[in-house]
Amino acid sequence: MEIPYTVQNRPDTGIYNAKLGIWLFLASEVMLFGGLFSAYVLLRVGAEPGMWPHGWLNVTLGTVNTLLLALSAITTLLAWAACKVRDFGKFKIFHGCTILLALTFLGIKSYEYHDKLIHYEIALTNGKFADGHLVEKSKDFDLLKKIGTVTLHGHIVEDRRELMDLRSSEAQAAKHEDITIAAADIKKMGNYGPRHNTFTAIYFTLTGLHALHILGGTLVIFYFWGPGSRMWKTDPERFTNRIEVSGLFWHFVDLVWIFLFPVLYLT
Amino acid sequence: MSESEKPVSLQSYIRLCVVVFIVVVCTTSAMIATSFSHVGDGWTLKVAIILGIAVVNAFLVAGYLMHLLSEKKLIYTVLAFTVFFFIGLMGLTVWATNGFPPGTVSH
Repeated sequence: MEIPYTVQNRPDTGIYNAKLGIWLFLASEVMLFGGLFSAYVLLRVGAEPGMWPHGWLNVTLGTVNTLLLALSAITTLLAWAACKVRDFGKFKIFHGCTILLALTFLGIKSYEYHDKLIHYEIALTNGKFADGHLVEKSKDFDLLKKIGTVTLHGHIVEDRRELMDLRSSEAQAAKHEDITIAAADIKKMGNYGPRHNTFTAIYFTLTGLHALHILGGTLVIFYFWGPGSRMWKTDPERFTNRIEVSGLFWHFVDLVWIFLFPVLYLT
Repeated sequence: MSESEKPVSLQSYIRLCVVVFIVVVCTTSAMIATSFSHVGDGWTLKVAIILGIAVVNAFLVAGYLMHLLSEKKLIYTVLAFTVFFFIGLMGLTVWATNGFPPGTVSH
């Protein structure tokens, strides 16, 4: 049995079925991300004064990722346009570029996550806080038994609030060096993972969900670029519609990042 | 006829994409410049300006790359419902920030 309205527009809706389907799906996605943005707003306005982080994320990497996604949105559109003018060679080139740009985006995001996961904040028994990237742990390091040492590349502050605004003149002036701390001097130790504070929790949730969308979109685009492109020979119009629908999803993912970048990296 | 159903010229799309990308670069630079500038006393004005620029950026992507400037009525209807519920969601959020129950410890 042939699936109806994969190429022709339905008389009642005026569009083919997959297009209406993707728009309905994107509408639900708006509410999904909207709920998480709403949670971000509530967490931010509910934070104790001076305890909401600023400058924790690498703006340069965020900017590069913004431009990569914008470029990938453009190559997606051009891939569809190439299908429309029946230029399959250019479609392959443009969609190949989209895949490469998407993988680069994910690579940079992974690097950022790794950077957060090796970044530690250590509450010391003398009331001070050590903060920096993990250099090494001694082989016998055991926080529960209070034996061994840990070395961070960072600095020590008197008040935890000093770690919140990394754009402040004090934070910029801080001298970072290798600090070795004995386990016996450690009261509490944790990395900048999702459970570090509400900022990292919402940061990992929002960007993680977004990265999953990028991954899913990349897999679909890869399928249409590779094995799925066989349809071009049998039904090019239907294939073109598939590229349009996957492109709409990809543009939505770009749209989400357009708001994620300023909200998380710039404000 | 929606934009995606009109006859396509690859060259015209490449020109459009170049313009869109240049504007995206400019708006992204403007957001970063605003973020590191000394506009206003705190973050409120900065956030408003940055999100305003982000909306312009989003309009470009939705309007030109997603062809929303010339789509079918049904898609506009779906989006009108989406916008209505999204505004409702954000309205509830803003309302909640000003309406903590009595006895809530505020910082």
